[in-house]
Amino acid sequence: MADLRIKRVLISGNPVHATTIMRDIPALQAEDPAIRLAGLSKRFAAGGAVALADVSLEVRSGEIFGIVGRSGAGKSTLVRTVNLLERPDAGAVTVLGQALLGLDAAALRAARRGIGMVFQHFNLHHRRTVAENIAFPLEVAGIPRAERAARIAELLPLVGLEAKRDAYPAQLSGGQKQRVGIARALASRPRILLCDEATSALDPETTAEILALIRDLRDRLQLTVLLITHEMAVVKSICDRVAVMEAGRVIEQGPVLEVFTRPQQPTTRRFVAEVIGHGVPAGTLARLPSARPGEERRLVQVLFLGPHSTRAVISEASREFGIDLDIAAGRIDSIAGEPFGVMALAAYGKAEALEAAFAWMRGLGLVIEEIEA
Amino acid sequence: MSWLTPMMQDLLIEALGQTLVMVGVSTVLAVALGLPLALLLHVTGPGGLSPRPWLNRPLGLAVNALRSTPFIILMVAIVPFTRLVAGTSIGTGAAIVPLALAATAFLARLFENALREVDPGVVEAAQAMGASRGQIVWKVLVPEALPGLIAAVTVALVSLVGFSAMAGAIGGGGLGDLGIRFGYQRFMPEVMASVVLILILLVQGLQSIGDWLVRRLSHR
Repeated sequence: MADLRIKRVLISGNPVHATTIMRDIPALQAEDPAIRLAGLSKRFAAGGAVALADVSLEVRSGEIFGIVGRSGAGKSTLVRTVNLLERPDAGAVTVLGQALLGLDAAALRAARRGIGMVFQHFNLHHRRTVAENIAFPLEVAGIPRAERAARIAELLPLVGLEAKRDAYPAQLSGGQKQRVGIARALASRPRILLCDEATSALDPETTAEILALIRDLRDRLQLTVLLITHEMAVVKSICDRVAVMEAGRVIEQGPVLEVFTRPQQPTTRRFVAEVIGHGVPAGTLARLPSARPGEERRLVQVLFLGPHSTRAVISEASREFGIDLDIAAGRIDSIAGEPFGVMALAAYGKAEALEAAFAWMRGLGLVIEEIEA
Repeated sequence: MSWLTPMMQDLLIEALGQTLVMVGVSTVLAVALGLPLALLLHVTGPGGLSPRPWLNRPLGLAVNALRSTPFIILMVAIVPFTRLVAGTSIGTGAAIVPLALAATAFLARLFENALREVDPGVVEAAQAMGASRGQIVWKVLVPEALPGLIAAVTVALVSLVGFSAMAGAIGGGGLGDLGIRFGYQRFMPEVMASVVLILILLVQGLQSIGDWLVRRLSHR
């Protein structure tokens, strides 16, 4: 249905309404994915390295979905298939219910106007001012000058750049450039925002600002955001769900809290460890006393989630099971808004008592994992 | 300054006028022909907006062939073509034909290089925003490359001032020709010196204007 309407408008030769119509498509049902990638494969040269190997992914309407992976994992190729900047060799790309691979050139251009994209290196026009850069997608869509000016006046405050309206990109900081990139991506009121390493060229403070802006815009404009990053910290701070990619495959995916607390794959564990730390620092380990005769010393990592983080688990466990628990490392954090704590404990006691204590703690919902000393 | 008779002054002014006409007209023609050619080379090239090797390779070869032909030979070799276009093969007008042709090939390559300097990310962003190929060419490639394109025209202008000195071979006149005929063949070193001085000033002026424009347009 949507396809037909867009095509008819384009034939009438007035692309202005194409973007308007995109907005008029009935709101998706909550269970309909905003982006559905099915069985995508891509190889760059015949016999060359595989960029994507049978990747399937669904991004729900309104969520911030992160794809994390090392460079060369295929995540950049994957995000670029969503607006067909990269054509997959096989598979299907469905965005807002529209199958993109079957579209002709004009219909694809119209569909792309409904998908905003933000880039690592901003990709601004050097010879256009901030306002002129933001106007570009509107010019391309054939929107008249007066309407463009009105839209720019709405967008500048949205990204906090009212004062930089007539500045050139060379006069802006990295964070400001990315704000222009975001305003430009949102100019034609897309429902979907793709972020290709949007914060990777920015310092940590600016990264936090830009991520906060993206989340705020998602909430205010009901955007669906698909972002790729090599930094798990980005995923931790704004994503709802995450997929981990390696060698062109999605090796693990799920809600962020779940992937962080129960990583299944070694690669995922390494990513998670980058953010929440893992194990006991070597210096601390050397200073831990060894077990008394007849007793054992076990090192475990404990994840506290939600309400349990407030319970006095450690003192209760040592009282109830007659063991000693020594905190070797630990921190309290939050992931996707959920309080979350991680601790490395050295536990001393009889083998049975330790096992019983760990079982009791697991019963409370804590995730306990043995660390190799 | 006894050599600078009124007649000599007239000759110098006339020669300067001929040089300016030859360089000016052939540059305008070369920009008009060279920019579309450069865009075609860029767009059909490997990794371009629509790669067409069957078009790109012969076109590139033709441009290279023109560029590798020494100007003095090109001028003589295309006399039939010059006669067809200009109606004559002798004089300032006739000299413009080979000058424009050589400058077109020269500029096409320089323009192509300037287009290649455009950040591919900006082009990609435009594609992601649903821009058509035509919009990418006229709203992204050309405006973003403009400082480079102006710099290329400056280089071409300066080279054409040099090429135009050879136009005397087919009666094109101009400062270079005056220098050879009076300064060299009639043993008047003062004429040669003044011709060279005027050419230096001309080239300096063109270069300064070009550089100023590039600075003004860059916003880097």
